[in-house]
Amino acid sequence: MTDASLNGADAPARRHGSLLQPDARTRRRNAAEARFRAYGLTAIGVAMAALIWLLTSVLGTGAGAFRQTVIEFPVELVEAKLDKSGNRDIEVMKKVTTIGYAGVLGAGLTQALADAGIDTAGLAAKDVTGLLSQEAAAQLRNQVLADPDLVGQTITVRALATGRVDGYYKGRVTMESAQLDSNVKPEQLALADRMRDAGLMRLAFNPGFLTMPDASDQRPEAAGLGVAILGSFYMMLVVLVLSLPIGVAASIYLEEFAPRNRLTDLIEVNISNLAAVPSIVFGILGLAIFINFAGLPQSAPIVGGLVLTLMTIPTIIISTRAALKAVPPSIRDAALGVGASKMQSVFHHVLPLAMPGILTGTIIGLAQALGETAPLLLIGMVAFVRDFPGAPPEGLFDPASALPVQVYNWTQRGDPGFVERASGAIIVLLIFLIAMNALAIFLRRKFERRW
Amino acid sequence: MNPMKLSVSALAMLAVSAGAAAARDNVQTAGSSTVLPYATIVAEAFGENFDFPTPVVESGGSGAGRKKLCEGVGENTIDIANSSSRIKQSDIDLCAQNGVTEIMEVRFGYDGIVFASDINGAEFAFTPADWFNALAAEVVKDGAIVANPNKTWADVNAAMPAQDILAFIPGTKHGTREVFDEKVIIAGCEASGALEAFAAAAGGDEKAAEKKCMALRTDGVSIDIDGDYTETLARVDANKNGIGVFGLSFYQNNTDKLRVATMDGVIPTVESIAAGDYPVSRPLYFYVKKAHLGVIPGLKEYIEFFVSDDMAGPDGPLAAYGLVSDPELAVTQQAVADEVVMGPLN
Repeated sequence: MTDASLNGADAPARRHGSLLQPDARTRRRNAAEARFRAYGLTAIGVAMAALIWLLTSVLGTGAGAFRQTVIEFPVELVEAKLDKSGNRDIEVMKKVTTIGYAGVLGAGLTQALADAGIDTAGLAAKDVTGLLSQEAAAQLRNQVLADPDLVGQTITVRALATGRVDGYYKGRVTMESAQLDSNVKPEQLALADRMRDAGLMRLAFNPGFLTMPDASDQRPEAAGLGVAILGSFYMMLVVLVLSLPIGVAASIYLEEFAPRNRLTDLIEVNISNLAAVPSIVFGILGLAIFINFAGLPQSAPIVGGLVLTLMTIPTIIISTRAALKAVPPSIRDAALGVGASKMQSVFHHVLPLAMPGILTGTIIGLAQALGETAPLLLIGMVAFVRDFPGAPPEGLFDPASALPVQVYNWTQRGDPGFVERASGAIIVLLIFLIAMNALAIFLRRKFERRW
Repeated sequence: MNPMKLSVSALAMLAVSAGAAAARDNVQTAGSSTVLPYATIVAEAFGENFDFPTPVVESGGSGAGRKKLCEGVGENTIDIANSSSRIKQSDIDLCAQNGVTEIMEVRFGYDGIVFASDINGAEFAFTPADWFNALAAEVVKDGAIVANPNKTWADVNAAMPAQDILAFIPGTKHGTREVFDEKVIIAGCEASGALEAFAAAAGGDEKAAEKKCMALRTDGVSIDIDGDYTETLARVDANKNGIGVFGLSFYQNNTDKLRVATMDGVIPTVESIAAGDYPVSRPLYFYVKKAHLGVIPGLKEYIEFFVSDDMAGPDGPLAAYGLVSDPELAVTQQAVADEVVMGPLN
């Protein structure tokens, strides 16, 4: 009687069977659980597949950027060409442009090919020297102007090969595609093959990808991330120096000192809202305030840093407040009980205990800011910048680029060599992000205390 | 780690560094993404061969660049706007409002717009009328204005392969689209006689008829690409039937992936565009804020270097990249040397 009234009309029959033989209802419940597990596994599987696909495609195309084809050969720095006056006057020597240096390099390469007994029949002189990157002449000019005594000597030059030859070494360019390509001839690739056999040309590790500045469309082989990495570093410096103290001070006041009333509630809601505002809005604000009103220069890391600071502060405030909340009230009470002032209790006891949470939040906020492109579009940082910014603090006002901006820029270039560069830049950006997130996890694990 | 001390020192550092901000010593330019590769090539060579820092080149579009140029005079505004279309009266008015009264207009060459399909696809020979009949929302068939019924290129012109019509054209924010509309669609509209029919239907209103010409079909056959040519290339790669609209220089750097189509029987090359045989081309400009000459170091040298024969001449690196050299370059060089300010638009 009680059974019937409790379970309703369609209640299962009383269990008489063995526990080892599940009845219909148990089977249904088990099936539901199995289905849920399957959904979960599928979701994770899809996510993992997407991640693996992304990583393999990025690593597959981008890994090549870390190796570059170089040609090593001796070059005689002919005095008659590079310093006509003969008295090593730097001002006179500057009159010789990169075109003059390209001629000297070309003569050196032709000589080296002849010395190695490599047949260049069927190739015009222009096609042979066309194997060299245009960057090589610029590098040689800088080297000579830095040390004028080199003129007249024979030095060994390690020059970059042009993007198409580099693509051939990496498998991007083939004899068939070269047939159709207006920028390279199959004969040039055949010559590159012979040069490889003679040991003149080879693939080498390319530190320049991390240290050299951006390059124009005509020399994808020389494009590097140097200015972008430095610019991103400067911006992160500004963000850290400004957003950490402001964010932490604001959240300590809000959490520990501010009275609870309508106004603080309003502030709290607004901070949460700010954290969700699209980043481009901060770019518009930055353009209006920092450039048009305050008169700060365009394309400068200081402006980028200020804009990203605005974006990061809400994130830091939210995580700092959560960390402060997690410190048990007994700590505060004990401090106040032994006669500490409110400020002493906060700064001597609560803040140190909340530090791991604050640092984690800060690092995650910084990592977010590091990958941000949209606000930088409006303040002129999405640009072609070739000169390195100076040392801080003045360098913060020099034009610079940023890592995500460089990825964006390179994906828009016409030369196929830049596809590899863009993927390489993504790899570098990912490594920075992984390092920062790993640091956050490490700090949390190491210093976190649980009550 | 006292946060108070930290924030005070941070503010102090900011104040110090703000005081240290020196006068700008590099040229800053912004504007057209079509001009961007040329501007970067010149900037790179300028930085290498002169004692001035390398100019900073921003992209963002012709219109955006001109608007930035017109923001005012001063070191925190740009010096040069790169533009793939001519400056508009509204830009000049905006400039005048903000105190930028003297602008130098420099035309440094021409750019061709080419139509290309996948390298392994069929060969095409277009006329502007073909493009109009393929893409317009309404066409004239047997003397009546009807919604565009054409499905394949063979429907448009029996001489062409029976391949589904699919075109990737630049989005409306691009300067290239203006040229495409004007030199291909409207020209085709006129050549096919549709312009006349539209004008007759609109009661002789030429403007309304032109507007009708430019209305493209919206059934997924004509796809606007708002990104760059790299995106168009990726779309052509994914849809082997697609035909993309590219800049000549982009095509020249990707000749192993793209098959170019003729227009009115002319193959687009630097030579055919320079000779004026290839119909779809446009001039490229940059606009210089004259008030900055003599204030920003290297500005005059940069613009003179840009239009010099070494750079923009027929044998220079810009021509090698795909720029069609201006036959009247000497006139431009003289105008730049004399710092001639542009007059009112005619």
